[in-house]
Amino acid sequence: MMRKFINCLVAVALLAVTHLASALESPAVISPRSTVTLLAAQTSAAPGQPVDLALRLQLAPGWHVYWMNPGDAGQPPQIGVHAPAGSTVSDIRWPAPHRHVDAQITTFIHEGDVTLPFSLILPAGVQGVVPVAVKATWLICKDICIPEEGVFQLSLPVGTPAPSPHAALFEAAERARPTAAMWQAVVDSRATLSLSGAGVAQVAEAWFVPAVWGMVEHGAAQTLEVKEDVLKLAMKAGPAFDASGQLAGALLTRDRQGVEQAYWIETPGLTVERPVSARWVSADLPAAPATAYVPTVSDTAGLAYALLFAMAGGLLLNLMPCVFPVLAIKALSFAKMGGHAQQAVRMQSIAYCAGVVATFVLLAALLLGLRAAGMQAGWGFQFQSPVFVTGMATLLFVIGLNLSGVFEFASGLSSAGGSLTARPGLSGSFFTGALAVIVATPCTAPFMGGAIAFALGAPALQTLVVFVAMGLGLAMPYVLMAFFPGAARRMPRPGAWMDRLKQALAFPMYAAVAWLVWVLSQQSGADGVLVVLMVLLLVALASWLLGVAQRSASHGITWRIAALVAAAGAALALGSAPESTPSSAAAPGSADASGSIAYSSDGLAALRAAGKPVFVNMTAAWCVTCLLNEKVALSTQGVQQAFAQRGITYMKGDWTRSDPEITRFLSQHGRDGVPLYVYFPSGAGSGKVLPQILTERIVLDGIEP
Amino acid sequence: MKHGRAFNGMLMSAALAVLPVIAAAAPKIGDAAPAFVGSDANGRAVKLSELAGRTVVLEWTNDGCPYVVKWYKSGEMQKLQRDATSRGAVWLTVASSAVGEQGYVDGPAANRQTQERAAAPTHFLLDPKGEIGRAYGAQVTPHMYVVAPDGRLAYMGGIDSIASTDPADIPRAEPLARRAIDEVLNGKPVTKPVSRAYGCSVKYGN
Repeated sequence: MMRKFINCLVAVALLAVTHLASALESPAVISPRSTVTLLAAQTSAAPGQPVDLALRLQLAPGWHVYWMNPGDAGQPPQIGVHAPAGSTVSDIRWPAPHRHVDAQITTFIHEGDVTLPFSLILPAGVQGVVPVAVKATWLICKDICIPEEGVFQLSLPVGTPAPSPHAALFEAAERARPTAAMWQAVVDSRATLSLSGAGVAQVAEAWFVPAVWGMVEHGAAQTLEVKEDVLKLAMKAGPAFDASGQLAGALLTRDRQGVEQAYWIETPGLTVERPVSARWVSADLPAAPATAYVPTVSDTAGLAYALLFAMAGGLLLNLMPCVFPVLAIKALSFAKMGGHAQQAVRMQSIAYCAGVVATFVLLAALLLGLRAAGMQAGWGFQFQSPVFVTGMATLLFVIGLNLSGVFEFASGLSSAGGSLTARPGLSGSFFTGALAVIVATPCTAPFMGGAIAFALGAPALQTLVVFVAMGLGLAMPYVLMAFFPGAARRMPRPGAWMDRLKQALAFPMYAAVAWLVWVLSQQSGADGVLVVLMVLLLVALASWLLGVAQRSASHGITWRIAALVAAAGAALALGSAPESTPSSAAAPGSADASGSIAYSSDGLAALRAAGKPVFVNMTAAWCVTCLLNEKVALSTQGVQQAFAQRGITYMKGDWTRSDPEITRFLSQHGRDGVPLYVYFPSGAGSGKVLPQILTERIVLDGIEP
Repeated sequence: MKHGRAFNGMLMSAALAVLPVIAAAAPKIGDAAPAFVGSDANGRAVKLSELAGRTVVLEWTNDGCPYVVKWYKSGEMQKLQRDATSRGAVWLTVASSAVGEQGYVDGPAANRQTQERAAAPTHFLLDPKGEIGRAYGAQVTPHMYVVAPDGRLAYMGGIDSIASTDPADIPRAEPLARRAIDEVLNGKPVTKPVSRAYGCSVKYGN
């Protein structure tokens, strides 16, 4: 019986996942450096005809990936397609590269929003909806390189293709490719390329990028000479130069009007093989990469806290005015039962639990879908973004106002609660669980808000796990009471205390708002604080107006319109939230009150070169763990004394606003987020990384010679 | 707009062409390998001319580079080092990362790196100014060079033929550096003296 319900649960979860994957864009693989998805240009695929797919990499500023010939270093992205046997995959249709010269190392790269289109031809005989998975790996570099990978899934319906919503992106990718040149191309034995034909005289500047590594020296000077209808570009032969005169690649040009154009140049009868970046791999779907990107707030301690809070939150939901009375009735009925009836009650409670959890999983899936859509729209879900912090503060404030009773979330559903609990049978219990979640919405919404706030910043799997924990918390009292009927007798009676509890819970919300306003003051100064306070003021006004409308005998249309106007004002104000002000914090090297100096990579290198031990603390105002660690461990007298006695320099990097130097330090230590504590003993090699939760003892042991 | 970067690059290279070329171009196979005097992690001077008569392997390294990590985490680099040095070759691991760049090491850090990855180079050369790196035209980590006992450059290029960060590719790849070292140690001509070096760019200072 139990297994049946677990199966049922799994089925519901799978349904949610496949629903997400059936879109013509895969869920995104996200790192602080890139957001990567797989897209389809057509809504369906006809067997035997190419359907266009593309890997879209949206790269953070400064980061790049490589062209088909990466140049002196680097590696182009690799795409492995998992599709039915007999499928064929064409190679990536590369956009024209950019030339990147750094300390005499020349590479050919792509930056910003990169679309890499390729085609898939499904074999004849495929039917229904064809699942297609792509396993891609891409090296992403700034001043350091990080290999990233992801598995992307699409479901392609078989049918007559029509352009998908992404078709415009594919058209733009087509335009970004080098144009096939109509010129006659010849290469002599000294690597001088001659192009003849109409229009070559227009070329004022040119740079040739070979399609294959080493055909010409990537970084050597190229001399252009245009005479009448012949263009000559003198290059230097590279280690892979083909003396028989074969050459292929992109010619980046600028004409006399300054118009830039990339051309594809190929000598006739080309037989040189170009390395392939997209290929069919197998008919089996790939497993998710083991080294999948582990996310921003991703330390296990953080997740453990989140789970604990989610579970406690779910448990707390039981005490809400529209949930507790139902629970109390159930408890009484359980307490009256015995023997066989109890056995049945236990099974039913498990079914109920499964129903609750399944509903939470569905909610999480819905949220993840929305988030993927938002990412697509280019929202930055991160605490370094002042707009995000302002939004978060507003959301928590609204939740607080609701708990305080200023207004209510739509309350029409809650009355259905009592009758649903009366349904017989296990499936009845399952759906009672599912419906209980929905029925309880007017009370649970504030807590769901908190969970949603978390989910927006967390990766998919974590979000899912947190929602499951919340569901388990909500269902737990039922299960416990079913198994221990004695406990049910000790339950408090429903009463006015429930409302008071709800009102009291508003204050932690307001506390969180206060904290976020403080974070904002660090990020965007007094202006940012003013904006968030204005937003909160307007939101409070809107909430009050809505409350008045809800309480008025008539529908209170005028009040509602006024509330809408105030809310619109708040939204406008939110939109004007200033971006981060440039770091005006302590200049690198200067000491602050805590005896720490601001982190800089040069400063660290200089101290280490001078043989001084250094303790590096990477922190951020929005990182609660960081602040706690500083309070209970790093700022204690014991630690400060030990630092002083051993001549340890205490360096602090503030990541409240995104700072590339700190991001680099983090990634060097395999991290994507704060906190990070590294102790560099004098002289010796790489630093010692301390745990993410500190005590005075851990720090003192950590700096032990 | 699209190719703005390429054209900035062009302007820069035009400017560079006018200036006297400071960095020597990559050396040629069969020519005398560029001479150098380097300092190792223990402060000892290492002079190429004093290693005449022996096979010298140069390996560019950067411990943060995923391609270098591929070769050390799998133990393959250490194996290559031990196989070569046990047969009389001198193995020089070179770090040309500038101060503050990824892969920069001082003496103690280099020694600790060697210890931590159980590596077996004859010397770990510190080249934070990039002098040896530029003389050899080292572009990536790991970039490999083999100098024959007669002092001529016998091999330059990749450590193997598959550019990836996946250790599973090592057995599948053509073992370019290993074969070149074997051939030089056996006094044979190198089958493929130049190959594509793959990896992260060497983090030279400006």
